Amino acid sequence: MAEPRPVLEMTGIVKEFAGTRALSGVDFRLFPGEVHALLGENGAGKSTLVKVLTGVHPLDGGTVAMDGQTVHITSPLQAQQAGISTVYQEVNLCQNLSVAENILIGHEPVRHGRILWKELRRRAAELVTRLGLDIDVSATVGSYPLAVQQLVAIIRAVGDAGTGPGTRVLILDEPTSSLDRGEVEQLFALMRRLKAQGVAIVFISHFLDQIYEICDRMTVLRNGVLVGEHPVAGLGRVDLVKLMIGKDLDELEELGEHHTRHAAGDLLLHAEGLGRTGGIAPFDLDVHAGEVVGLAGLLGSGRTELARLLFGADRSDTGRVDLDGRRVTLRAPNDAIGRGVAFLSENRRTEGLVPDLTVRENILLALQAARGWTRPVPASQRDELVAKYIAALDIRPADPEVRAGALSGGNQQKVLLARWLLTQPKLLVLDEPTRGIDVGAKAEIQKLVVSLSEEGMAVVYISAELEEVLRLSHTVAVLRDRRLAARIVNGPDVTPGRILEIIASGEHR
Amino acid sequence: MNLASLWRAAAQHRLFWPVTALIALLALNVPFTPGFFEVHLKNGHLYGSLVSIVLFGSPLILVAIGMTLVIATGGIDLSVGAVVAISGALACLVVSKQADQDSVAGVLLAFALALAAALVCGAWNGLLVARLGIQPIIATLILMVAGRGIAQLITSGQIITVNSDSYSLIGGGYWLALPFALFVVAFVAALSAALTRRTALGLLIEAVGGNAEASRLVGIRARRIKVMAYVFCALCAGVAGLMISSNVSAADGNNAGLWIELDAILAVVIGGTSLSGGRFHLGGTVVGALIIQTLTTTIYTIGVPTQANLVFKAVVVIIVCLVQSPAFRAKAFRARAKRSGPVPRPPGTPADAAHMEVSS
Repeated sequence: MAEPRPVLEMTGIVKEFAGTRALSGVDFRLFPGEVHALLGENGAGKSTLVKVLTGVHPLDGGTVAMDGQTVHITSPLQAQQAGISTVYQEVNLCQNLSVAENILIGHEPVRHGRILWKELRRRAAELVTRLGLDIDVSATVGSYPLAVQQLVAIIRAVGDAGTGPGTRVLILDEPTSSLDRGEVEQLFALMRRLKAQGVAIVFISHFLDQIYEICDRMTVLRNGVLVGEHPVAGLGRVDLVKLMIGKDLDELEELGEHHTRHAAGDLLLHAEGLGRTGGIAPFDLDVHAGEVVGLAGLLGSGRTELARLLFGADRSDTGRVDLDGRRVTLRAPNDAIGRGVAFLSENRRTEGLVPDLTVRENILLALQAARGWTRPVPASQRDELVAKYIAALDIRPADPEVRAGALSGGNQQKVLLARWLLTQPKLLVLDEPTRGIDVGAKAEIQKLVVSLSEEGMAVVYISAELEEVLRLSHTVAVLRDRRLAARIVNGPDVTPGRILEIIASGEHR
Repeated sequence: MNLASLWRAAAQHRLFWPVTALIALLALNVPFTPGFFEVHLKNGHLYGSLVSIVLFGSPLILVAIGMTLVIATGGIDLSVGAVVAISGALACLVVSKQADQDSVAGVLLAFALALAAALVCGAWNGLLVARLGIQPIIATLILMVAGRGIAQLITSGQIITVNSDSYSLIGGGYWLALPFALFVVAFVAALSAALTRRTALGLLIEAVGGNAEASRLVGIRARRIKVMAYVFCALCAGVAGLMISSNVSAADGNNAGLWIELDAILAVVIGGTSLSGGRFHLGGTVVGALIIQTLTTTIYTIGVPTQANLVFKAVVVIIVCLVQSPAFRAKAFRARAKRSGPVPRPPGTPADAAHMEVSS
């Protein structure tokens, strides 16, 4: 393939934060009409590179050139004007505005200083239909589930591709982390269409399958350093992961046989006819000590709703729960926590972390809440506990006084895990604990789940990745249309295909 | 550690800029009042501008300390001025009805009743905010408006004057050569520091203010924490009300503590606590309150025309807030450095940039 001129060329990029090098001398090339994967573990510098490119962070060294011309991008607006559009990992939409307003924000059709609302809606609707989607553009964004919001964010980013000066470079930072398979397909179809128009797409994702499906080339970063630029076809998955984490994958492999081990603990949780109108239909569920119960199902199938009922995060309106053989009423999280239940929400940022507090404070929060305000954890014990869990979970940086909000996603997740492990729960409910975090941290968290269950902790594990659920679970509960469709004892004959069948047909008894 | 690195460490400290602003403001008085920093002993009492600033600033410091905790939970309390009025009115009423106004027992009874009323006010605010889920600014607006009316009812629309040496101790009296109010402030400040930092209350308040939903899911009883913050704030305002009325030996339902809520909020913000809740800094708040009181004093000593008082105050507050904002300093430094050579690294962290937002 004769190499055309790159549309974007970044050379020797350096970025420092308070003395730490986030990027040291990274080169990055992007050609028109390609989908380029930007890969690396959490904290490898992917997001930083994107933020430098889009003018969110000022450059500390190196040059950026578009079409061979050096450019200085110092603000997101300039980046947009240069034809670089971005969709960030966390949905950045105005929840209280309509879909149409969000899509065309900053580009509203105006006449005599007045916004033409009809025209605005018409244009937005046109963009939505052109992408083969069915979204009511006059409804507020907040009324849609996260997955649809993500799509809206993408539509907004490419929105002016058809009307404005044109998006030359589209950056998608973890766009698929909250999408289900169907929605991912829609996104990929759109990406292929844009690619055919010559748009260069930077695709950041932790889903290797998706990278091999959609990407042409890839750039791999590790600890802020470029470790390779490869055509996707020329590099196998195992080699890629090795490149990313800089070590072998044996750790992941050895987890493979986990489900053959049998768990035979006492009945810990027994839910009978538990349900919540509009959330999940009444279901029965048993969880034993030392058992990992995987919840499989599409996004919106009721996985999260089920988990929240077990924790008292939402109130059930039917049914009952026995914990340790005792009838309990779960009115609030407190009631569940007091009986040894812990819950890691899927929304790390909004429902887990307190970003302004330090790592130490975040880790101690659940324990402290349980002890009440009058009994602070003694200082010596406190530092010891925190240091122990930082080391055990390999939280980086290993400094308890760092603002938790400054950590990368995977490390934030570990902080939240540490927070709950400190309370020594009997039942750990994990909702998408590995979403949006890198392969290395993912393997560590999965390994942790296995060892916790071996020590007798019961785990309810939710993941959108069926392979992950099957790898870890003793029992798989399949959800479909907000209903518990099936409970299967995991074994060699249980395959993702079989689970998918149940999800698709709902038939299994 | 050499002098340069000591200096750098000091400049990094959270209180560096508020304290610098305070010192600068104090120094501004010297050309107008040559003996400004002098403190002398007269009749066994310390006198001087510095002493007056602390004495007159005492009620504000108290109210601002309480306000800090409320703001840290992500709320705000507009009713503190009204609580000041209620507390003062009730105490003066009780004292004035007594045969012997000097009786210590009578004065203590008045204090107890006034603080009980403040406690009820705080519980009411807490109920509206934490139980009924009303937006704090609206919930406390109710008592801000109604409380003045209640104070008027207590005083029957009159200004109640008292003639009691025991009563005037708390706001105007002296003890060990120092204004008694100073001891009260020191006690309340130490109590709040101990209450929040020696226990886990501070951490839990910061968690609730930093991320309310996460706090609920981690099992923090956020409602209880919030009610405690509002009650504590009202109690602080109640003590401030006693001080103000004691200082003038009179209760004025209309004017006692008027607009003190705004000064208190300002003191909290100058002290480095973000209005969006989360991290709070009691020490910063005290410095912030002193800055505001110094400003008020300065306005009188340098002879700003009465009509221009508020404008002058506003300008100084804007300057103080700007100087404290790392984002602004970085810009100012960079603009200067561009002319003179290499660009220094902007001091401070992005987290501090929140100060800039609230000042705008």
